[in-house]
Amino acid sequence: MSEPILTVDGMSASIGGQQVVESVTFEVPSTGITAVLGRNGVGKTSTLRGILGLIKRQGRVTLAGDRIDHEPTHKIVRRGIGYVPEDREVFASLTVAENFALAERQAAPRREFVAELFPDLVARSKQMAGTLSGGQQQMVSVARALLNDNRLLLVDEPTKGLAPRIVGEVADALEEASHTVPMLLVEQNLEVVRRLATDAIVIDSGRVVHRGDAKELLDDAALTKRLLGVHGEAPAGEAHA
Amino acid sequence: MSTLVLVLATGVGLGALYFLVASGLSLIYGLMHVLNFAHGVFLTLGAFIGWEAAQRMGASGWAAFVVSILVGGIVGTLFATVTELALIRPLYERHIEQVLVTVGLAFAAVALFEGIWGSDPLYISGPAWLDETTSLLGARIPNVYFVLMIAATALLASLVVFLKYTRFGMIIRAGVENRAMVTALGIDVKKSFTLVFAIGGSAAGVGGVLAAHYTGYVSAHLGQGLLIFAFIVTVIGGLGSLAGAAIASVLVAVLQQLANYYLGGTGDFIVVAALAVVLLARPRGLLGRRPA
Repeated sequence: MSEPILTVDGMSASIGGQQVVESVTFEVPSTGITAVLGRNGVGKTSTLRGILGLIKRQGRVTLAGDRIDHEPTHKIVRRGIGYVPEDREVFASLTVAENFALAERQAAPRREFVAELFPDLVARSKQMAGTLSGGQQQMVSVARALLNDNRLLLVDEPTKGLAPRIVGEVADALEEASHTVPMLLVEQNLEVVRRLATDAIVIDSGRVVHRGDAKELLDDAALTKRLLGVHGEAPAGEAHA
Repeated sequence: MSTLVLVLATGVGLGALYFLVASGLSLIYGLMHVLNFAHGVFLTLGAFIGWEAAQRMGASGWAAFVVSILVGGIVGTLFATVTELALIRPLYERHIEQVLVTVGLAFAAVALFEGIWGSDPLYISGPAWLDETTSLLGARIPNVYFVLMIAATALLASLVVFLKYTRFGMIIRAGVENRAMVTALGIDVKKSFTLVFAIGGSAAGVGGVLAAHYTGYVSAHLGQGLLIFAFIVTVIGGLGSLAGAAIASVLVAVLQQLANYYLGGTGDFIVVAALAVVLLARPRGLLGRRPA
């Protein structure tokens, strides 16, 4: 097995003085998609935000062997971590093209790759991002992370609140992107997890309570029910843990 | 009719002065969420040093006037930049402490100015044309008002072009909307903080020199007196909205002048009442964003 791209060792995180992640330890392989699963409010999003330094955190975090836990967010990102936040967080008063321009960190951004994945966004490049549909905004959010040659993507609930057809399009894009970059994916739609993820970790009450193969976890109905409160076979759009 | 025109022109001229101060306040709050109570002393120092420069050049010529404006802008820029780097940046994300340090700086700076230039107003002179008037619709409008209007319009146009067509401008617009996400794209947003302070300081420094010609004097309290109204303008326009600050500057100043003339000198009271009405009826101001 190759070296992990990301290691998180005893990371705790807090928001406003309240601990939201409690000494989580896990690794993200250098290929494939690792899903972060768990019930609502257990600290999945906070784990991603803690890795990026967007919230206060303690513990050891390394990217390809280099410690990043004392660095500010922008330096961590420049090391090659792309971020797709929960709720899209596009810049509503900026155009699609401006959203992309802000995200471009390298001399030759992967515009053609993004244009192939999201041709609709090319046609809407001069449109204010705030006037796009929820699905289109999600595509802008994913596209921003794919414009650079990242070493890891942190993707937080990319299908949340999207229509089933759009869920498929976003999943297609992530699957295509995963051939070139590993991902740490927070996702509540277990159909999407089943389709995309190779590995899974489960967080409960701020701690990692399970690690292993994603499909093995979802195939084990009793374990899935115990850890996530739902069955892994639930159809898309209804499988919200 | 001519009286109304004069009152309106006085209001627009004063509004232009308010905007020179409020534009920086609005940008700084929008991006950094800092209420900068030291903004007035950027203006005052710009006015004092600008006046010193003009004095050394003879004061009454156009060259001295132009140089004093340039010097005022540069002094405001430097003072604001040093303030951001030395006092605001170490308190990053500690907004209460940031506000308190700007309050402390304002008090200390005013005391320092009084120590250097005394506590009495220093009456200034400039090009004779500034003290003359131009006839407009029967009213005799002081020429300095037109200079203020031109300066504020030029500042607004420059800021719009800067914000719309430069990468730093794009970062500032994005940062006003969602600062955390800007950093999550790998952008060091702190550089933009310094730049926004520098822009605000520059506008305040230029505003200081023009305010001195508007009032006819420089004093240690010149900036802080204007700052109160600039804050009111910024809140009424919508914290963080440049366009809101521009509109509110003119509305507030015109309202103030109308009330002063037609309602027995109640301008300041009317402005505060207008602030209360806006806060009650539309807390986010004229063009402010809804809270996320």
